Amino acid sequence: MSTVFSKTEGLTDKQFHYCPGCTHGIIHRLVGEVLVELGVLGKAIGVAPVGCSVLAYDYFNCDMHEAAHGRAPAVATGIKRVLPDNVVFTYQGDGDLASIGTAEIIHAAHRGEKFTTIFVNNAIYGMTGGQMAPTTLIGQKATTAPFGRDAATTGMPLRMSEMLSTIDGAVFVERCTVHNVAGIRKTKKAIKKAFEVQIEGKGFGIVEILSTCPTNWGITPVESLKWLEENMIPYYPLGNFRTPEEGK
Amino acid sequence: MAKRRGIVKFTENRCKGCALCTTVCPVDIVVMNKKKINVKGYHPATVDEMEKCIACTNCATICPDAVIEVETIDQEK
Amino acid sequence: MAKVLMKGNEAIAAAAMKAGCKYFFGYPITPQNELPEFMSRELPKIGGVFVQAESEVAAINMIYGAAGTGARVMTSSSSPGMALKQEGISYCAGAELPCVIVNISRGGPGLGGIQPSQADYFMTTRGGGNGDYRHPVYAPATLQEAVDLTMEAFDVADYYRTPVIVMGDGMIGQMMEPVEFKETSNRELPAKDWATTGTEGKRQPNIINSLALDPAELEKHCHKLDARYKEIEEKEVRHEMYKMEGAEIVLVAYGTTSRIVKNAIDALQKEGIKAGLIRPITLWPFPEKAFDAIPETAKVILTVEMSTGQMIDDVKIANKGRLPIEFYGRTGGMIPTPEAIMEQVKEILGGVK
Repeated sequence: MSTVFSKTEGLTDKQFHYCPGCTHGIIHRLVGEVLVELGVLGKAIGVAPVGCSVLAYDYFNCDMHEAAHGRAPAVATGIKRVLPDNVVFTYQGDGDLASIGTAEIIHAAHRGEKFTTIFVNNAIYGMTGGQMAPTTLIGQKATTAPFGRDAATTGMPLRMSEMLSTIDGAVFVERCTVHNVAGIRKTKKAIKKAFEVQIEGKGFGIVEILSTCPTNWGITPVESLKWLEENMIPYYPLGNFRTPEEGK
Repeated sequence: MAKRRGIVKFTENRCKGCALCTTVCPVDIVVMNKKKINVKGYHPATVDEMEKCIACTNCATICPDAVIEVETIDQEK
Repeated sequence: MAKVLMKGNEAIAAAAMKAGCKYFFGYPITPQNELPEFMSRELPKIGGVFVQAESEVAAINMIYGAAGTGARVMTSSSSPGMALKQEGISYCAGAELPCVIVNISRGGPGLGGIQPSQADYFMTTRGGGNGDYRHPVYAPATLQEAVDLTMEAFDVADYYRTPVIVMGDGMIGQMMEPVEFKETSNRELPAKDWATTGTEGKRQPNIINSLALDPAELEKHCHKLDARYKEIEEKEVRHEMYKMEGAEIVLVAYGTTSRIVKNAIDALQKEGIKAGLIRPITLWPFPEKAFDAIPETAKVILTVEMSTGQMIDDVKIANKGRLPIEFYGRTGGMIPTPEAIMEQVKEILGGVK
């Protein structure tokens, strides 16, 4: 008898506070597994955001910082510049990264900071109770868009991966999903690659992960998987936007 | 051809009853245990017909709460 | 060590390097630009790092990250930029991160002007950011003092695990004076066993954090910080008394304003008017006890500031209602002249008679 799947050492034993079916937990696990598989957990320093994953510092089994809202890439810059041989990552949601922290993420990419960003896009502000995010889809209801997001007054949803992939310093940019098993396995590969790019000193890497928010979307966890597939993926196409050429 | 067989173990009290695991099982054996309520107040996920498990790890892969462990059973026996 | 003639901004930067600061994160703003420029030139030579951040907000958060690793770190700015840094300073205070922040202040509010000012007293001493916190504030009056206090600031930051502000007005930043870099103090500093350097699998994770969702836990944390602030009030308060013996009037001034006030006091002495000076060197903790030592000859206090009157609040607290308090200030980048201060003194003393 052999164990083919067990909880990773990359996570602490603390139980997640996330709502039932929230896919943050899957993404946490993937990051933890990758840190262990690359043998860098003991060198890892993570930066948690403000938002649902604000308590991520309790879950990753490595040194952690809790940053101010949106500032995780600046905090990670400070850490990595002092400790270039450590493995540094930020874990950020879409309100944190795509709204209040746009300057920080863009300029970390612009400087080619050698850390990895895990960007969880669930098209809503979760922690504060379901307000509209820059990533909220047109027509999607939010507590600050009670009639559904309207492009005429709030603009179109922001595609961060596409934007970041125009920046030379962002050497690895990929958008993934965790709404099914194939997507989860692919997401893990992308996370691993993004960390490898950091470890090889090539530059900034980001993995955008489409994620669910059953509570604030107002549907069941199982329905949320389908909603993500049918609504988010058409607007936020999956795939790799940038990857370093071999040998470079 | 001998099929790979597995055993799925649930840390029941971590389960939040989201049922994501029930949607990805290729042999349809993961179900929510409606007869039971765990410490969190949810019906936890369980497997009724363990002998059908093929140790694919899909359920553990999609579980957001690290509830599930999967083991393979030695086929030589 | 021989004295060298340096510009204030550069002298402060050099002092920081002398104190072991190898990491600087900043953003351009007048009149402190020579400080980051010096760092960008000199830090790479010693294997240090200079990063020009995208904003003051980012710079202070880089400080938060770098300080969390246990390194000695510095950022500098001027008034409007300092306002932007307040978020990060509050987080550093909450997460107990040692760091040194230099404010070469200018006139405000808003974009204000670029000339010397002391109008950041409230922001700097009252906690410009959110929450229950304090931090030491040093206000040098000379470049030598700026050098000494900058070096001291790193020790104080490490000892008490707190951000420390060095506040000079634009004159401190821009003027040139001879300075000497003396050896640092022998303060015994605690090991930074809280720093995030990677667990190497040998210890539990270290977490740099200012969040405490449980109010009982947050209250406990605030009380812990408060106990430290009380210790700082007890041990770190600094001031200078000048010509206080037999003074009829006590002037209170800090930073470069205190130098102008000293000139006025010397000139008044020649005219037979006895005036003394209390010069706070730490703005927080404020040297309240110095006011208990005001001689009985004193009839009145005159606070002189390059603002419309901000430190005067602390003077009132320290005075405990004992003497009448007058105010003279110039603001917006205007600098008081010794003559104007002398005139104020004469008028006040005439009025009291």
